Amino acid sequence: MKAREVPPDAGLYVHVPFCRTKCAYCGFCSQTDLSPIDAYAESLAVEARLRAGQTFTTLYVGGGTPTVLPPELLARLLRGPDTPWPLTKDAEVTVEANPDDITTPLLETLRKNGANRLSIGVQSFRDDELRFLGRRHTASQARAAIHLAKDAGFTNIGIDLMYGFRGQRRERWRTTLDEALRWRPAHLSCYQLTIEPNTPLSRRPPSLIRSPEAKEYDFFLFTSRLLTDHGYEHYEVSNFALPGFRARHNALYWHHAPYCGLGPAAHSFDGRTRSWNVRSVEEYVARLSRNAVPMEESETLTDEQLALERVMLGMRTARGVPLSALTRYAGWEVTLERLQAGGFLVCGQDRVTVTLAGLAIADRLPLEFLP
Amino acid sequence: MCGSAHWRFARSSTSRPLSCDRDVRTFPDIQVGIHHTARTISVARVSSINRVTIYSMADIRNFSIIAHIDHGKSTLADRLIQHAGLVADRDFREQILDSMDIERERGITIKSQTCTLPYRGPDGHDYVLNLIDTPGHVDFSYEVSRALASCEGVLLLVDAAQGVQAQTLANLYAAMEHDLAIIPVINKIDLAAADIAGTKEEMRVELGIDPSEAILCSAKEGVGIDAIREAIVGRVPPPRGEPSKPLRALIFDASYDAYRGTVVSIRVIDGAVRPGDTIMTMSNGRTFKVEEVGIFQLRRVKRPALSAGEVGYLIANIKTVSDTRIGDTITHDECPASTALHGFKVAKPVVFSSIYPVSSDDYRPLVDAMEKYALNDASLIFEKDSSAALGQGFRCGFLGLLHLEIVQERLEREFDQSIIMTVPSVEYHFTLKDGTALVVDNPAHFPDPMDVATTHEPYIHATILMPERYLGVVMKLCLERRAEGTSFHYPTPGRIELACDMPLAEVLFDFYDRLKSVTQGYGSFDYDLTDYRPGRVVKVDILVNGERVDALSLIVHESQARERALHACERLAEEIPRHQFRIAIQGAIGGKIIARSTIKPFRKDVTAKCYGGDVTRKRKLLEKQKRGKLRMKMVGDVVIPQSAFVSVLKTKEE
Ligand SMILES: Nc1nc2c(ncn2[C@@H]2O[C@H](COP(=O)(O)OP(=O)(O)OP(=O)(O)O)[C@@H](O)[C@H]2O)c(=O)[nH]1
Ligand code: SF4
Ligand SMILES: [Mg+2]
Repeated sequence: MKAREVPPDAGLYVHVPFCRTKCAYCGFCSQTDLSPIDAYAESLAVEARLRAGQTFTTLYVGGGTPTVLPPELLARLLRGPDTPWPLTKDAEVTVEANPDDITTPLLETLRKNGANRLSIGVQSFRDDELRFLGRRHTASQARAAIHLAKDAGFTNIGIDLMYGFRGQRRERWRTTLDEALRWRPAHLSCYQLTIEPNTPLSRRPPSLIRSPEAKEYDFFLFTSRLLTDHGYEHYEVSNFALPGFRARHNALYWHHAPYCGLGPAAHSFDGRTRSWNVRSVEEYVARLSRNAVPMEESETLTDEQLALERVMLGMRTARGVPLSALTRYAGWEVTLERLQAGGFLVCGQDRVTVTLAGLAIADRLPLEFLP
Repeated sequence: MCGSAHWRFARSSTSRPLSCDRDVRTFPDIQVGIHHTARTISVARVSSINRVTIYSMADIRNFSIIAHIDHGKSTLADRLIQHAGLVADRDFREQILDSMDIERERGITIKSQTCTLPYRGPDGHDYVLNLIDTPGHVDFSYEVSRALASCEGVLLLVDAAQGVQAQTLANLYAAMEHDLAIIPVINKIDLAAADIAGTKEEMRVELGIDPSEAILCSAKEGVGIDAIREAIVGRVPPPRGEPSKPLRALIFDASYDAYRGTVVSIRVIDGAVRPGDTIMTMSNGRTFKVEEVGIFQLRRVKRPALSAGEVGYLIANIKTVSDTRIGDTITHDECPASTALHGFKVAKPVVFSSIYPVSSDDYRPLVDAMEKYALNDASLIFEKDSSAALGQGFRCGFLGLLHLEIVQERLEREFDQSIIMTVPSVEYHFTLKDGTALVVDNPAHFPDPMDVATTHEPYIHATILMPERYLGVVMKLCLERRAEGTSFHYPTPGRIELACDMPLAEVLFDFYDRLKSVTQGYGSFDYDLTDYRPGRVVKVDILVNGERVDALSLIVHESQARERALHACERLAEEIPRHQFRIAIQGAIGGKIIARSTIKPFRKDVTAKCYGGDVTRKRKLLEKQKRGKLRMKMVGDVVIPQSAFVSVLKTKEE
């Protein structure tokens, strides 16, 4: 027998491109026509077969809304369509769930088929905000869903929230946060409302949708302080976790680890090449019915680009980047000193970590280093 | 004010003093009499359809299309080109002669274009029509004046809905000075708003043209094209010249071709020129071997020779602007003509600004680019300059603000230069207390105020034509701009012409855009430089986080210093992107701060989500921002975008 190998971290992502209705802010790849669900499931099985090979340390079933799938399809998808997914024993298996779909039988199906982490798209505990966002559920449905999930034995629950609506005051946001904290979920994602192009929200003037930047910053600090006071680690721009409960799958993206994405629009990365599937479900199904890979495009990154991505992703996390990642840029010392003096970065022995003020401008930080 | 000591024109290698009178010199050599008889010469002509025919000088007609901007010159040229069968329908595109990207994007002609059209008259006789489409914008009037020197007639277009406008008049006068046959054409008669009777009346009153001579036309719908062609043949005289005399050809334009070098546009007056000939440019006695001659028919079409009366191109090993200049006469080296043709007056710049490479390492490539560019644009004038903030560059003279903008864009796009242009200025005349006269068009050379005895600034005589209802707002605008000696005049009922004297510097301060906006686009503006008048001016320096940026300094009238300085500070605060720290922008006279603005630091700049599917997009955005950074200039810790340097003169968009 071979010695037990420790497989390198690598994630498997399965995209479920269906939703019952479309939310007003949604820029994700999902459609409301549910008729091709069966064809999609078959195609996914074919894609899994075509791209088999590697062992994964995480599985993430996301969307869209995975919970629109009929239970037996969802079960199959969690186990692996033909043969079980090649997962390590301690793999993190996450399913995204919408509050209005969550029922005890569904939760049982998930658990029985290996899901050990639930990410619930709550967004807000206020009905007016949920309506503004065009969500399908109400605040009380969200509460019930969390309750059921806890009862069903899920200990690793993540809750997604949104803030930064126009006119939203800090106290209002706080009511949602407080309520979330009462459930003490293992993980909290707090997303600033973003206006994606070609969404119903994008057709209205931004000033009617989002709060002004000064306020956004204020909310950002407030959220971070409140949650860290409650024992959460602010480990990525929008992500908070109780110790030991960071999202392992999502962290792979930020750590530039490889991942394999199945399903329409899913992206894959092998450490050098990134590729992505066609967005249209129809095209996806058509390609796989011919046993053709459903890839839309791929790009092989140069060393320069790989390095840039590492800096770009690292700057979004509190742990930052190794100092060696920055030294390749001419004039890095001056820039680093300036950003350190400004209170955005902290230069340690061999890592440069990012402060809260730094996370708030994480998109600028890599640019500062580029010559 | 001529031949200033400070300002030496890079192109005037002949050291001809700069003349300041604005009239374009007439061109007696091609003045055409009505009783003229052309001698018949025989030249093989390869037409676009590859038909070889024989024609004589009597069958050639050289004409320009002139008009106010947007009155439809290029569209009419399209129709003439299509009727001549020069272009297959599938290859056709509107305003086909506007071949530069920048012309197509802006929908305006910037450079004159020549096209040779075969034409069979109603009587079956074959003619050759050499058309020159010209720009309508006043900033490119130098293009028009040179085109006119190569013609015997013009089509003067008037938009039937807009009527006679400033450049209609200006271009008509230019054509009359050249003694050209004038064919008035009323265009756009298809428009619902077309007022043919009113336009005719304006032509009669304002242009002194017999409206019965006007041809009605819709260039867009191809109405009146036959009448126009018949008029060209019937009313424009054939060229006059001596095919047997020693060669004399006028260089009226040039362009740079990456493969062939300089392609010069010529009008042959006497004699003929062929490939293999050794020619001489008469201004400097340099000789060149002719490689190719031909005509323009949307592309270059080779010909065995170009003879008296013809318009076409010539390629010799002409490399840079120092080898020749536009307006020069070409003759044969062996048997030269005794006298050169009258050339062109050197373009008289009115707006000055400096061009610097964004990265100082790119100075050499910029020098190359400027030399090549100058071949393409006869109206640009430049000399070396340097700045503490921006390094080595060029001080340039432009014919106006649009011209400045076009030069900037073309240098970037066609010549791949990344440049910064400084705040535009006019030319000021100082007399110092010790009696020295000083001409300054660059704030960097502003004298110590303690030494100055008198200051004079250039004035214009402005005429503004507008519907009567805008008189109030326009008057107000003019008074804000230090207008003097205002008078009115009603050319036609409902329209009013306001005339006044105004400092030219006020025009630079975004006058066009303001006028356009207060008159909702109905006001037209024209001006002539008149004289220099006393005016107290001061230099305002701009400090960015305490550091003086010399390239941002501006010269303004004392009475407006505070207001303009504040305006500049505010505009810069808009143009300079926010940084992670607060940026103070100050305006100062000497050491005294008179205006300030601040740029707040940004606090939040991060997307909420970044997962597997977002990485590529985000990296690409970063790569794009990185390229954008190349177009910015670091001044201390502050990154200043190119656009900021000219923005200080622009008023806010409303
Ligand atoms: N309705 C109508 N529009 C026309 C006619 N002739 C030209 N136009 C339009 O007028 C606009 C300006 O036409 P151009 O041919 O570019 O005008 P131009 O005189 O060459 O303009 P510059 O070269 O910039 O001075 C375009 O949108 C044309 O389509 C016409 O006869 N009728
Ligand atoms: S549930 Fe998620 S994927 Fe579906 S429409 Fe709403 S935001 Fe988009
Ligand atoms: Mg045109």
